[in-house]
Amino acid sequence: MKNENLYNYILGIADNSLILGQRLGELTGHGPSLETDIACTNMSLDLFGQVRSYYQYAAKLKGGDATEDTIAFLRKERDYVNVLLVEQPDRDFAYTMARQFLFDVYHLLFLQELQKSHDITLTAIAKKSIKEVSYHQRFSTDWIKRLGDGTTVSHDKMQEAIDSLWTYTDELFHQTAADKAMVAEGIGVDVTALKVKYYSLVNAVLEEATLKIPESKWFQKGGKKGIHTEHFGYILSNMQYMQLAYPNMEW
Amino acid sequence: MSEEQIKNLEKQFEERIARDEKIEPKDWMPDKYRQTHIRQMSQHAHSEIVGMLPEGNWISRAPTLRRKVALLAKVQDEAGHGLYLYSACETLGISRDALYEQLHSGKAKYSSIFNYPTVTWADMGAVGWLVDGAAIINQVPLCSTSFGPYARAMVRVCKEESFHQRQGYEIMLKLTQGTPEQIDMAQDALNRWWWPSLMMLGPTDAESVHTEQSMKWKLKRKSNDDLRQQFIDQTVPQAELIGLTIPDPDLKWNEERGSYDFGEINWDEFWQVVKGHGPMNKERMKARIDAWEGGEWVRDAAMAHAEKKAERKIKQAI
Ligand SMILES: [Fe+2]
Ligand SMILES: [Fe+2]
Ligand SMILES: [Fe+2]
Repeated sequence: MKNENLYNYILGIADNSLILGQRLGELTGHGPSLETDIACTNMSLDLFGQVRSYYQYAAKLKGGDATEDTIAFLRKERDYVNVLLVEQPDRDFAYTMARQFLFDVYHLLFLQELQKSHDITLTAIAKKSIKEVSYHQRFSTDWIKRLGDGTTVSHDKMQEAIDSLWTYTDELFHQTAADKAMVAEGIGVDVTALKVKYYSLVNAVLEEATLKIPESKWFQKGGKKGIHTEHFGYILSNMQYMQLAYPNMEW
Repeated sequence: MSEEQIKNLEKQFEERIARDEKIEPKDWMPDKYRQTHIRQMSQHAHSEIVGMLPEGNWISRAPTLRRKVALLAKVQDEAGHGLYLYSACETLGISRDALYEQLHSGKAKYSSIFNYPTVTWADMGAVGWLVDGAAIINQVPLCSTSFGPYARAMVRVCKEESFHQRQGYEIMLKLTQGTPEQIDMAQDALNRWWWPSLMMLGPTDAESVHTEQSMKWKLKRKSNDDLRQQFIDQTVPQAELIGLTIPDPDLKWNEERGSYDFGEINWDEFWQVVKGHGPMNKERMKARIDAWEGGEWVRDAAMAHAEKKAERKIKQAI
C-alpha cells in the first residue's frame, strides 16, 4: 500500500475510539440514573461517529474492497492497535468514569495537536471531534470529583479504579513506527510531548477530588502492537458476530 | 370546602376540558384526575425505559457502524422519552424515585411487549417497524389530551417515534432485499412480533376498564379495537410492499368495511404476560432493579458532593 504509514497511523487513532465506544455502548440501559445513561450513550455515539470518519478515510487509502465496516469488523485480534486502557471492563461506574477520564484528558490534548496536522482530512476530523471530546472530558472530570469527594464508599471505589487503571496510562505516550513516520512528515502528533501536560492535568483533578495519585512506576503496554488483554477477544466476539456469522451481506 | 363548592369546581373543570383548554399542573383538578394521570404517564415512562433493554441487547452486535450508530441513537431517544415523561409526572406531585419504587415492586405496569426477547438482528427491524408503529397509533391521539405537560411531551415523542418506525422498516426492507437467509430472518421476526404488537394496543373493548372517564379527559380518544384495526390496516400493505407475509391465515380484505378482517388474538397469552409470566418479565425487572440498586452509591455520592460544595460556598461567603 502506498500510504501504509498513514493508514496505520489512522487505525492507531480510531481503534481507541472504536473500542471505548463499544464498551460504553454495553452500558446503555443499565446506568445508575437516566441522566448518566443518556450521557454515556451519547459519548459512545460521538466516538462511533469519529470512528466512521477515520475509517472511511482509511478505506479510501487502502482502496479495493475496503470499507469502514471491513476495517471495523473484519480484522483479527492482533491487528487492532487500540491502547489497553480502553478495553478494560466496566466493573462499576467508578471504573467506567476513571477509564473515561484517563482517556479523555489524553484524547483532548491529542486532538488539539492533530488539528495542526498537514493532512487536511485529519485536521477536519480533529476540529469536529474536539467539541465532542471537550464535553466528554468535562463530564468525566466532574464524576471523578463527585465520586472522589462524595461519600467514603464512592471515594474508595474511585481510588480503587484509578489505582488499577493507572498502569495503562503510560502506553498512551508510546510512539509506534507509523507515529514516527507521520511526525516526520508533519502529519502526526508527537505523543511523547503530551506526557508532562497529561499527568499535570490528571494529577490536579485527582487532588481536587481528594484522591491519592498512584505511585506505581510499573506500566502495562502491548495494545499498540496488537497484544491485548484477555478481555479483548470477547469484545470482538460480540462486535464481529454478525459479520462473521453472515459474511458478505448488506445490512 | 363544602361539598357543593367541590361539585362546582368539578363542573367548571369538566367544562374547561370540553372547551379543549389545557389543564396545567398548578390548576385545581379532581384527585381522580391526578391519580389517573400519574398512573398512565408513569406507565408510559416505565415502558420507555424498560423498552431500552430489548434493543440495547443488540447495540454491541449491530452488523455495521451505520446501524450501530442508529441503534444507539434510537435507544438514547427512548431514555429521553422516559425522562420527559417522568418530569411531566413529577409536576403532579410525585417523585421519580417513588415512581421507580412502584415499577420495581410490580405495582406499576409497563408495556408487555418488552417482555419478549430480541433473538436476531431482524428483531431490531421488527421492533422499530411494529412496536414503535403501534406506539405511534396509541400516542398520536394523546398529542391533544387535556393535561398540558402530557400533551406537549407526546408531540415531541411522536415525532421521534415516527422516525424510529421508518428506521425499523428500513432495516426490514434491506433484509428482504438480501440473501435467502436474510429474508428468512426478516419473516421469522415478523412472525414472532406480529401478534404481540396487536396485543400492545390493549385488551379488547369488552374487557377494557376505565374507558368512558378516559374518553372524557381525552386520555383515550379511540377504543382499543379501533386503534388495533387502524394499525392492521396501515401495516398489512407495508408488509406486502417488502414481500413479507403477515402470520395470520384469517387475514382478509373486507371490501364492505374497507378494512382487514383478522384472526383471533390469543388473549390468554396476553394476560399471562401481563401477570408476569412472559419470556422476559423476570429478566427485564432484574435489569432495572440491578441498575437502580447498583447505582445507589453513585447517586448518594453525587448528593453528598453537591452538599459539600454548597457548604464550602457558604463558608467562603462568610
Ligand atoms: Fe419512545
Ligand atoms: Fe412511547
Ligand atoms: Fe421509539
